[in-house]
Amino acid sequence: MSNAKLVAESGKILDVAAKDAPLTVRGLTVSYGNKPAVFSVDASIPAGSMTAIIGPNGAGKSTFLKGALGVVPRLSGEVRIFGKLFEDARDRVAYVPQRASVDWDFPARVIDVVLMGLYGSVGLFRLWRARHREQAMDCLKRVGMVDFADRQIGQLSGGQQQRVFLARALAQNAEFYLLDEPFAGVDAATERAIVSVLKELKAEGRTVVCVHHDLSTVAEYFDRVLLINVRRIAEGPVKTTFTAENLQETYGGRLATTHIDELHLA
Amino acid sequence: MGFFDYFISALFLQAGYNSALVAIGAGLLGLSAGSAGAFIFLRKRALVSDAISHATLPGVGLAFIIMVAFGSDGRWLPGLILGSAVSSAIGLLMVEWITRKTRLTEDAAIGAVLSVFFGFGIVLLTVIQTMSSGRQAGLENFLLGSTAGMLISEATTIAVAGALAAAFVFLLRRPMTLVAFDPEYAATTGVNVRNIDLAMMGLALIVTVIGLKIVGLILIVALLIIPPVAARFWTNQVGKMIGIAAVIGGLSGYIGAVLSAAEASLPTGPIIVLVAFGFFLISALFSPLRGGLASALRHQRFQRRVHRRQGLLSLARREPIYDGLTIRILRRAGMIRADGVATARGRIAAEKAARDEARWAMARRMLSDDSAIERYDGLTPIERMMTPDQIAEIDRMIQNAQAAKGAKA
Repeated sequence: MSNAKLVAESGKILDVAAKDAPLTVRGLTVSYGNKPAVFSVDASIPAGSMTAIIGPNGAGKSTFLKGALGVVPRLSGEVRIFGKLFEDARDRVAYVPQRASVDWDFPARVIDVVLMGLYGSVGLFRLWRARHREQAMDCLKRVGMVDFADRQIGQLSGGQQQRVFLARALAQNAEFYLLDEPFAGVDAATERAIVSVLKELKAEGRTVVCVHHDLSTVAEYFDRVLLINVRRIAEGPVKTTFTAENLQETYGGRLATTHIDELHLA
Repeated sequence: MGFFDYFISALFLQAGYNSALVAIGAGLLGLSAGSAGAFIFLRKRALVSDAISHATLPGVGLAFIIMVAFGSDGRWLPGLILGSAVSSAIGLLMVEWITRKTRLTEDAAIGAVLSVFFGFGIVLLTVIQTMSSGRQAGLENFLLGSTAGMLISEATTIAVAGALAAAFVFLLRRPMTLVAFDPEYAATTGVNVRNIDLAMMGLALIVTVIGLKIVGLILIVALLIIPPVAARFWTNQVGKMIGIAAVIGGLSGYIGAVLSAAEASLPTGPIIVLVAFGFFLISALFSPLRGGLASALRHQRFQRRVHRRQGLLSLARREPIYDGLTIRILRRAGMIRADGVATARGRIAAEKAARDEARWAMARRMLSDDSAIERYDGLTPIERMMTPDQIAEIDRMIQNAQAAKGAKA
């Protein structure tokens, strides 16, 4: 029986192994105004897994991530990152926000954005050294953007911008990566590049969570799913949880039965 | 000594110790304003700094009244600065509180706080005018700034505070950059976004209160915002932008103070702002990176390249060319004759353009993930972006494709 299942059944963490899981969330509620965007969600992400957070538009997928990381204030609920408060486990976590969340006319080159991922390790006062630049260039190489290092970020395509954000997260050298819609509005080449980087991360034993939109690629890219529609619908391995029944419950009438049939679910 | 002679001698600090010190003070004030303003501009909070500056006025009035009540000189600058700092801090916190706790947007909060504080300040100034010790106070100079009769101790205070504020900006440059670019990401890396925002506005507050005497509270926002806006035209790097903004702000303060010292009837604040605007105008027009002139030239050059390429491809396909600009460009380059027929040179160039197009088309099919493909602008010859080996490989693929097509036919 999976840890997630235990959490789901009792609302408490029973399994000792789950205690230091990359992410454990209990009863997370976040609201904008008086309407909960996320209501009492439990989740437990095991180490070394690749999880897709799935749900319809406005279902609170991004809000769940932001609430878990404390980017937006929580109304209630408890979050543990590797068994600790987020404040004490920050340097083990890297977050990739939605591309649309920033102003791309900001005066920065690609390399400058990647270097932001090193602010934490370089500190407030020290100056950049050649070593830091090399580190940043290595991260750009992993996402196939080395040739763009000196470009102004506003001159990039959407997919390239997304890859720069991923490179910045790689520079943090974290154990746990949380990505908000990394595949939204990107070209096919970028999608392949990002997927291969994420699979590398998993192969290195790191944990990956993505807010994901495209149901047709879930089984190919991920090994676990967390289905959310304000409330938690289901969580578990793709094989047992990514089922027609759960999808119908998550999406309601918005997902035609024919669509579900096309996914060739078990 | 005429105005111009005095201006030149003052510019090189030859017009007396006092005015030299005032000019240096104004320069350091501009330096701190430009660098602090760079982050306020990038965080898109210029209007908040306007609220801060207008909220200083009641503090100036109250500080004067309190100091007079205690029997001292009401015009003592550190006391007035302290009073203005307290009241503008209250104004800033009110804007923040209104935005956070009510459903009002920040611009509404700014409008309300700015006008209420400024109105209250004007009432206080009017009251002070009726006081026996207030008639000669000259507090209205805090509206538009004045360097006339400035004490050496005052100029020194301003210079030191300006230098300190600039150093503070340098120390906080990394977290402030992160918060200005991507606050949500900044929060996940351990930066306290709210504190950094407060520090940023605190810097604006410091610059405002030390700039009260020289620039005045109505126009100080211009000294915070114009230098970074001008600097943005010259660079795409935040570090360089801050440096350039600091230099433009510093020069504006220095030159403006010297100009107004040369002609005592000129108010200092407006002159400094006009000098800053001069730097803005030069930057907006003539910067080779983002200036209007360079952009227009770049666009024109690009348009001509597009027309030339289109024309050559039409020639290669033996299609007639209708576009007037295309015809003119090809004519001038000696590619076509007056009757539109290609010259020998035109035929060679057209063939080359067609071959390049075919190679790029094949390259796109072969190397869809290659960054050269992503950087391709549709005009650059393939030789400039790929190695001869790669091109040979592409040519081989084109031949194979043609052979396959021939076999099918």
